[in-house]
Amino acid sequence: MDIQSKHPLRTDDLLNPDRRTLLKCSAWAGAGVIWALSGGIPRAFALDEAGNVADPKALASTFHFVQISDSHIGFNKEANPEPAKTLQVAIDKVIALPKPPSLILHTGDITHLSKPEEFDTAAQLLKGLPSTVHYVPGEHDTLDEGGGKLYLERYGKGTKGNGWYSFDDHGVHFIALVNVFNFQAGHEATLGADQLAWLADDLRAVTTSTPIVVFTHIPLWTIYQPWGWGTEDGDQAIAMLRKYGSVTVLNGHIHQVIQKVEGNITFHTARGTAYPQPAPGVAPAPGPMTVAADQLRNYLGITDVRATQGDHPLALIDSTLV
Amino acid sequence: MKTRLLAVVCLMLSMPAWAQEVKIDIKEFMFAPKDLTVAVGTKVTWVNDDQIPHTVAETHKVFRSGALDTNDSFSWVFNTPGEFEYFCALHPQMIGKIVVTQ
Repeated sequence: MDIQSKHPLRTDDLLNPDRRTLLKCSAWAGAGVIWALSGGIPRAFALDEAGNVADPKALASTFHFVQISDSHIGFNKEANPEPAKTLQVAIDKVIALPKPPSLILHTGDITHLSKPEEFDTAAQLLKGLPSTVHYVPGEHDTLDEGGGKLYLERYGKGTKGNGWYSFDDHGVHFIALVNVFNFQAGHEATLGADQLAWLADDLRAVTTSTPIVVFTHIPLWTIYQPWGWGTEDGDQAIAMLRKYGSVTVLNGHIHQVIQKVEGNITFHTARGTAYPQPAPGVAPAPGPMTVAADQLRNYLGITDVRATQGDHPLALIDSTLV
Repeated sequence: MKTRLLAVVCLMLSMPAWAQEVKIDIKEFMFAPKDLTVAVGTKVTWVNDDQIPHTVAETHKVFRSGALDTNDSFSWVFNTPGEFEYFCALHPQMIGKIVVTQ
């Protein structure tokens, strides 16, 4: 197909034409970027203004799922006084998809302050989604007195430790990792030794040709250390995943689309449905970014992930709530 | 009535003359001031000015606030001399230190 498929183990660099295309596409993430993994090698496709893909191959999928993130139900400040409303818009967008997704991932910060009524409101709204939702907690879901007890009571059934688990769907192995517990002063988020040991054990039964989707709240790789946008022991998890042909790592937490390709591993963070946050380092702090009310939905969105069975390409399509 | 007045006077007298109150602002994901030296008996109050919740957690769990939403506060009276390092348990890059002197 292209030069990369002959060298599947080559890591990406600036001489890699696909990498260059990707960088170009990332620059205008507002309209959306799609990229397909073919035999584990990511290829970028540009979306036109209407959000359509010129190359139909990229969309010829037999299976797709949706990622929703950072609903922050309970937030009520200027950046978005009504996050329940924008979550509903996101849900309506999923309902309106031509084909219902096989499953939905929520990558955390369901609530803003972990209050029972916030969990109730979120659950009530998310019930409207057309497919099963699989959750991981964000740090905002662990603020109750029990330090995450309310989240785990609701979403932790059948999970290990502080809520990690894995499952298979349509030949894809999904791994839910949790990195919002046991924060240590001056350090990034951690998975912890127990979870890493579990991951090593979980991967034992997974063949290298199986596409893997890892989803967790805080980015598994360091995006911006001064703001704590990274996972300190994420490298250890990533090292275990390197031998697999197609790995997609989906995160939330930073309320904006940022993506990276490293070998066969694609890293992607999704927009939230509540409020935007500044790009890494461009503001003094990572707090909520207030934009004009009529512009807000341009900054919120969902991610649709499509896979074709057989040669296992996954395509990520970010769309805003407009 | 007289006894109640006496009780109030006694209470006032029991408060040490050097008892002080100090405020630390939590703003833009920072503790301000970050490092602070206080006398024994000082009551320190942290106030969250951010739109995002923060916590105040002593590294060795001497004290630990719950989640502080916007304008929420947490106070701790430092009755023993020493150094107390603390951080935000949600944003651990936020660190601060209280030095308590005799």
